[in-house]
Amino acid sequence: MKRNLPLFFAFFCGLLVIVSEFIPHRPFSMMIDTLQEWFMIISGFAIILGQISLFQSNINKIKQKDSGWMFYLAGLLSFILMLLVGLFWGTQETGGLFGHGVSLQANLGMKPFDYLFEFAYMPLSSTMFSLLAFFIASAAYRAFIIRSFESNLLMLTAVIVILGRTSFGSMLTGWLPESVRFWHLPNLSDFIMEYPNSAAQRAIMISAALGIIGSSLRIILGIERSYLGSDK
Amino acid sequence: MKGLLLIFALLVFSVGSPANTTALKVQDTPWDDGKALDITWTTSADSIILQKADSLGVWQTIFSGPAIPAKYSDRDLVPNKQYTYLLVASVGADSDTIRVTASAKPTEQWFYLHKLSFLIILLVVSMAILFYIQLARMGKDFYIRRISGLDSMEEAVGRATEKGKPILFVPGIGDLDDIQTIASLTILSQLAQRSAEYDTELIVPCRFSMVLSAAREVVKEAYLKVGKPDTYKEERIFYLTDDQFGYVAGIDGMMVREQPAANFFLGSFYAESLILAETGFSTGAIQTSGTAQASQLPFFVVSCDYTLIGEELFAASAYLSRDPQQLGSLKGHDFGKLLTIVLILIGVLTEIIGWHWFKAFFEGVQ
Repeated sequence: MKRNLPLFFAFFCGLLVIVSEFIPHRPFSMMIDTLQEWFMIISGFAIILGQISLFQSNINKIKQKDSGWMFYLAGLLSFILMLLVGLFWGTQETGGLFGHGVSLQANLGMKPFDYLFEFAYMPLSSTMFSLLAFFIASAAYRAFIIRSFESNLLMLTAVIVILGRTSFGSMLTGWLPESVRFWHLPNLSDFIMEYPNSAAQRAIMISAALGIIGSSLRIILGIERSYLGSDK
Repeated sequence: MKGLLLIFALLVFSVGSPANTTALKVQDTPWDDGKALDITWTTSADSIILQKADSLGVWQTIFSGPAIPAKYSDRDLVPNKQYTYLLVASVGADSDTIRVTASAKPTEQWFYLHKLSFLIILLVVSMAILFYIQLARMGKDFYIRRISGLDSMEEAVGRATEKGKPILFVPGIGDLDDIQTIASLTILSQLAQRSAEYDTELIVPCRFSMVLSAAREVVKEAYLKVGKPDTYKEERIFYLTDDQFGYVAGIDGMMVREQPAANFFLGSFYAESLILAETGFSTGAIQTSGTAQASQLPFFVVSCDYTLIGEELFAASAYLSRDPQQLGSLKGHDFGKLLTIVLILIGVLTEIIGWHWFKAFFEGVQ
């Protein structure tokens, strides 16, 4: 029963979602939205589980003085701080337990939660994202090292695309006559992106879609059960 | 005779009058969910104003502009409710204002006709998958090509065991409603069994609580399956944060501090893919990645030792479990690929010949 009930739900809900994709009439047209709402409700409850896990794992590491335990402490304190300021004075239009914190707003220019979000969380998040620029450079360097015919081809294509997207590339081949305009770097770059690149991406997307159909069918029919924890 | 002349004169006048050249037609949009009406008009005016009566009967302008193209689609309506529209057009030399009204009721249909091609493809591919599963049940042995990314799992676990370091498994940043996350969890099940067999520690940081509870269940069952429930450590499968870059920062920190010997990035990934893979590369870990996000694959290919591309991620569970039924379904995927190739070729040929109906059918044009 413990295993059969989830399998039945997976079968029933999976079939319902497929059917509602093709039938616009009620009640089928409302099924996907309703199931998504249910998912949101269950997710809402599951958040508590996540917070418990967060506290447990962090407290254990702090207690055991694991390497970098102070980071876990900083993480926990930040969590508690944001939780408290949000509870006390609310966020944006919504008030908290102590109202809107007018005097605090006068000093900070906004609510404490919004202030921390704007001036602590956002810069940290942007910093993390900006690391991408450096990682792209190091990854590109490795990818373009000439080792084989394929890596030669990759480097050549990359150089054309990079130059084609810059004003320098445009200037380099700007003198080409109209009859050989195709070889103008921006045009060549557009061609690579529009045709060979799109074709390869679509091939991946089509094969992934077929994989999704197969995977979903295995789950709906109960052949694939390991996501439930066991294949028995 | 006079009467006849009068009728003829009236007829000529009415045909030539601006009022008769202005007409409004409102029709239910066919094969939809009953939330749209198609409004068309004919008028000699250059511009028109289209209004809709609200619940109080007051006209509200919904379109104002050039009369051509003479159509408008009113959407987000309530099914089976009567809607009345007013067309205001200024025609003729003295700019006479013509007002025409029309009403219609949007109704729900029982089939999205523009999705017929999807349904046919879905049915054909599904039947092929079921057919091959049935063949596998009857004992037919299928050849499945080697997927090096999955074959490397043993190597990765072995290396982690030798070095006495943990294995890091990242199930992507998608929630449990993402099929890539489900596919990732099925691989986690196989990986957890191997790590349990070798007594190698497995770390699974999760971005969503739902994924956390599913991952814990999957790993726990895997440890039970190999008869080592006592070595299962629930605290090593934990929630980090819902925030995308916070999650990445947390995992990066873990990779740098704990130096896992093997990293698995399997599931749905976006902008964080390269940050994760490059940090993992810098720690010298053996890395396996897999995603169906075509835009993130180049990053993984560059930074990871093995990459599961697109459908390989979904085939992983069947490939690893070696369950004949699941392997049979992989043959169904291959049939789907063959079908797609054939359809593309037919599409190209019919377009060259000038038969556009084939492409239109698959584009869902009604």
